[in-house]
Amino acid sequence: MSDLNGKTAIITGASRGIGAEIAKRFAAAGANVVVNYSGSQQKAEAVVEAIEENGGKAIAVKANVADADTVKAMVDETISHFGTVDILVNNAGITRDNLMMRMKDDEWDDVINTNLKGVFICTKAVTRQMMKQRSGRIVNIASIVGVMGNAGQANYVASKAGVIGLTKTTARELASRGITANAVAPGFITTEMTDGLNEEIQQSMMSQIPLGRFGKPEEVAKAALFLASDEASYMTGQTLHLDGGMVM
Amino acid sequence: MATVLERVTKVIVDRLGVEENEVKLEASFTGDLGADSLDVVELVMELEDEFDMEISDEDAEGMSTVGDAVSYIEKKQA
Repeated sequence: MSDLNGKTAIITGASRGIGAEIAKRFAAAGANVVVNYSGSQQKAEAVVEAIEENGGKAIAVKANVADADTVKAMVDETISHFGTVDILVNNAGITRDNLMMRMKDDEWDDVINTNLKGVFICTKAVTRQMMKQRSGRIVNIASIVGVMGNAGQANYVASKAGVIGLTKTTARELASRGITANAVAPGFITTEMTDGLNEEIQQSMMSQIPLGRFGKPEEVAKAALFLASDEASYMTGQTLHLDGGMVM
Repeated sequence: MATVLERVTKVIVDRLGVEENEVKLEASFTGDLGADSLDVVELVMELEDEFDMEISDEDAEGMSTVGDAVSYIEKKQA
């Protein structure tokens, strides 16, 4: 079982879905967890309560990942509360689906800002601390559609493909300082976000999944835990596909 | 009280693992002291901590030698 005892992890977008699951699992593995949220304060506090009931340590911190100032404040708060930042999970993400012909500039910009620029901002913000420590783990939650493309999600796909490229560059730039960066590319995972996808997309995805079912948030969280732990010590710049075999 | 040069020299010796007598004012970080670009970023971070000041990215880009760093810090402290 992967062990994160004494480590401090910031999980962005951790008030629900995959992020909430990662936060709970990391706390159960012994990590101090920062449950980041941007809007859903009550849900974030519920995640913190669930962790504390389980004997874990967590705080909820509000920050918009696309806003460097609030992210810096979150990292400062993390360090003043827990003393360090060992792990960053860039999980915060949104969708604004539309066919490209109909996609508004706003829909494009919002998704790129949160999903891609947000990863850049958060990674940059923790790098100083991790470089000093000569160790760190960055786990980016990408998406399998960033590898295969998906009609109706030009903005989301571009952001997730961007995250995969950013992961590789982060890995190369920081490897000499003991910091690894890897990505997880989930396929169709049952969350509020995927419930919001239209029936057509859901059905076309199911037909492409060899394992014949959608994934669960905890299946993504387990992979993120592996990548954040010492067990993944010789792995960097990689993207793990957790997609029931959709892309091989 | 150690001079700015002495304190800068100590940071450089610790960070880059060079000998103290190699750290001359005209020595360039990347050319003479064997730093790579990431070492320079780290060096600037440590100088910020040592002298309790913020060095902007633009200013940091203008520092290529030990002398550049020392005069920048002395000017900012004045």
